[in-house]
Amino acid sequence: MTVYFLCAVLITMGLYCLVAKKHIVKKVIGLCIMEYAVNLYLIIIGYKRGGIAPVIDPKMRPEALERFVDPLPQALVLTSIVIGLGVLSLMVSMCIRIYEKHGTFDMSQISKLRG
Amino acid sequence: MNLLPYYVAIPLGLAFLIPLLSKWWKRSGEVLAVGGTAILAAMALGAIGSPTVCYHMGGWRPPVGIALMSDGLTVLLLIAVNVVGFLCVLFSLRYMRSYTALEKYYALFMLMITGMNGVVITADVFNLFVFLEIASIASYALVPFGIEADELEAGFKYLILGSVASTMVLFAIGTVYAVTGSLNIADVAREIATKHATGDLNPALLLSAAFFLMGFGLKAALVPFHAWLPDAHPSAPAPVSAMLSGVVIKSLGVYAMCRVFFHMFGFSPAVPSSVIIANSMIAFAIASIVFGGLLAVGQWDYKRLLAYSSIGQVGYVVLGIGVGARVLATGGQPAVAALAILGGLFHLINHTAFKALLFLSSGAIQHATGTRDMKQLGGLRLRMPVTSTTTTLAALSIAGIPPFSGFWSKLVIIIATIKAGHPAIASVAVAMAFVTLAYYVKVQREIIFGAVRGAVEKAREVPALMCIPLVVLAIVCVGFGLLYPAVGSRILEPARDALLDGAAYVRAVLG
Amino acid sequence: MKPTGMTVIVKTITDFVVGFIVLFGAYIVLYGHITPGGGFSGGVVIACAFILVMLGHGRDVAFERLGERTASILDSTGALAFLVIAWLGVWGGYFFMNVLVKGTPFRLLSSGSILANNLAIGLKVSTSLFLVFSALAVFRKRSFRALLEDDLT
Repeated sequence: MTVYFLCAVLITMGLYCLVAKKHIVKKVIGLCIMEYAVNLYLIIIGYKRGGIAPVIDPKMRPEALERFVDPLPQALVLTSIVIGLGVLSLMVSMCIRIYEKHGTFDMSQISKLRG
Repeated sequence: MNLLPYYVAIPLGLAFLIPLLSKWWKRSGEVLAVGGTAILAAMALGAIGSPTVCYHMGGWRPPVGIALMSDGLTVLLLIAVNVVGFLCVLFSLRYMRSYTALEKYYALFMLMITGMNGVVITADVFNLFVFLEIASIASYALVPFGIEADELEAGFKYLILGSVASTMVLFAIGTVYAVTGSLNIADVAREIATKHATGDLNPALLLSAAFFLMGFGLKAALVPFHAWLPDAHPSAPAPVSAMLSGVVIKSLGVYAMCRVFFHMFGFSPAVPSSVIIANSMIAFAIASIVFGGLLAVGQWDYKRLLAYSSIGQVGYVVLGIGVGARVLATGGQPAVAALAILGGLFHLINHTAFKALLFLSSGAIQHATGTRDMKQLGGLRLRMPVTSTTTTLAALSIAGIPPFSGFWSKLVIIIATIKAGHPAIASVAVAMAFVTLAYYVKVQREIIFGAVRGAVEKAREVPALMCIPLVVLAIVCVGFGLLYPAVGSRILEPARDALLDGAAYVRAVLG
Repeated sequence: MKPTGMTVIVKTITDFVVGFIVLFGAYIVLYGHITPGGGFSGGVVIACAFILVMLGHGRDVAFERLGERTASILDSTGALAFLVIAWLGVWGGYFFMNVLVKGTPFRLLSSGSILANNLAIGLKVSTSLFLVFSALAVFRKRSFRALLEDDLT
């Protein structure tokens, strides 16, 4: 139960960084922290006490199957990491372009669209 | 219908093929995009009236494998996405000539269509998330496509907010998996109905429902999650704006909400917490209608006015669906719920048609006059007859003038809201319908009628290739209103029945 | 030509180590159906080798070894190969069905289309990440120094 609470704390920290910082690269880092915290939460869901990695070995005994941790959330997390990588590369290249057009990384000076 | 995976395979293959072939043949992007979207539109129109089918990917049966599933609601959204996609690609052929790196534009456009088709046909909630991300990332890259300063700012805002929403959806999916042990929508529905909803919904499931509502609500631009839309939709190139406002917010936002809440969680009197979900939907919808309408009145930028109008009209769609959900959740008469959901879905497809038409016409105006500031436009009907006629038809339709389609859908939603016992909400919706009329009359007066001023002096009608999508969409706007019995019974009523009958969905997927 | 990249020590070690990194990445891709790993993780490791060359020697030398146009062609080819392998399953009945030859389990040449998909994805991911990094490396030193000097919260 403590572990889920710590995951929630990590998500909140990422969200705080995203909202409170004015430097856009720091906002990007906050978003990445939030994404990785949710990935961590997904892996923790599949955990089992005394579990072993879900890799089938030709020499293992059939009883070892009972002790595998759940492999499905690990597949979800792999996909989510790839998606996070794609979004991160898009965000960073957009930050570079914003710097070239606006001359600053400060969000309060970039926000000109109003109304 | 075993054509189901081709809705995803064709645009995905084209999205990878276009950058490859563009190295040797410069126009391959345009040719492949037009051909691909034409085939998809033909497939979608041919799917009208087909029975519910389920396709097991890789031969694995659900709930072990991922299944693709097509029912009435799917066919409705497939028609919307693919036909509007084809028309927007036709429009882009001339409009995007002034931009560079066109092969990347067409590749990203195809990826966006892949994502939206995938969201609509999948029966597995994590697969829905993956396709949602594919479509979202493609749209994040398309919004700042002409790399100007304010486009980049709008695109960055959209990117950050959209990624937060997707992260919340992933968190909700994880929680649903932890409680029920499955990712297939039908299997989760069965698990929830039999084990986790006796008495009341498991609190973890209520938490995940809240996160789903937040995530999909942001994709659908409901108030208070709408902050990205007024900046992103005006800054995008016109065909991309038409796709975003016309189909992306409906397919990624409204459809995903319907599928998850009506089929996965289910609304019934036996689960008291489902009333909370329905009430939230109605609350967000009313807030969207009010904020969207009031903020649109004071706008002088044509595309920004259309963006705020989108927020308001999506509020009407979610109001219809939310009222239907609440009637189901409180055990009211099923006929009232059916009427409300029918109104919501009718307004969904109507809004796709007229908002896409309005954004494409704004693109035509910008192509011809170089501006979208309404203070510098005027008297367009004298210089650009086709554009102004189609814009007038769309504006009359969206404002709710009989006998156009927008009038009927809003009328059905309001009647259903009154019958469900919410006269206050219905009167707010009626009042905002008059406000909608007011700002579209403003658009007409400023842009279309009146004396020719400023930038319109040198304007000429746009080329034929850009006029064809405008005319087709205008015919659809008028046709849906006049020919409702023919159209509605074949497209809308199967969609409404699919939403109301959750048990049929579970039977069709799990066999 | 003006010398680019880092010092001689870094360049020597880079040339020595790059081959091993590619070998390790290829091992992760090829054995993805038996041990943990597979297309994505192996592709990232191979892309790290390309990025190491770019960091150590400079952008132009990296483009001499693997051109931008070649990387883009390989990128699209990998993705199309993945789709073709998925479409081959239609002959077995459904998309993505595993219809290639499945040998004996736990050997290298086993489990049919999983191995082929790993190879395609490994090719796509490695060239994709190389192209992403080279696109990010475009902006000039002037902007970089300003990034370090910007002192915001």
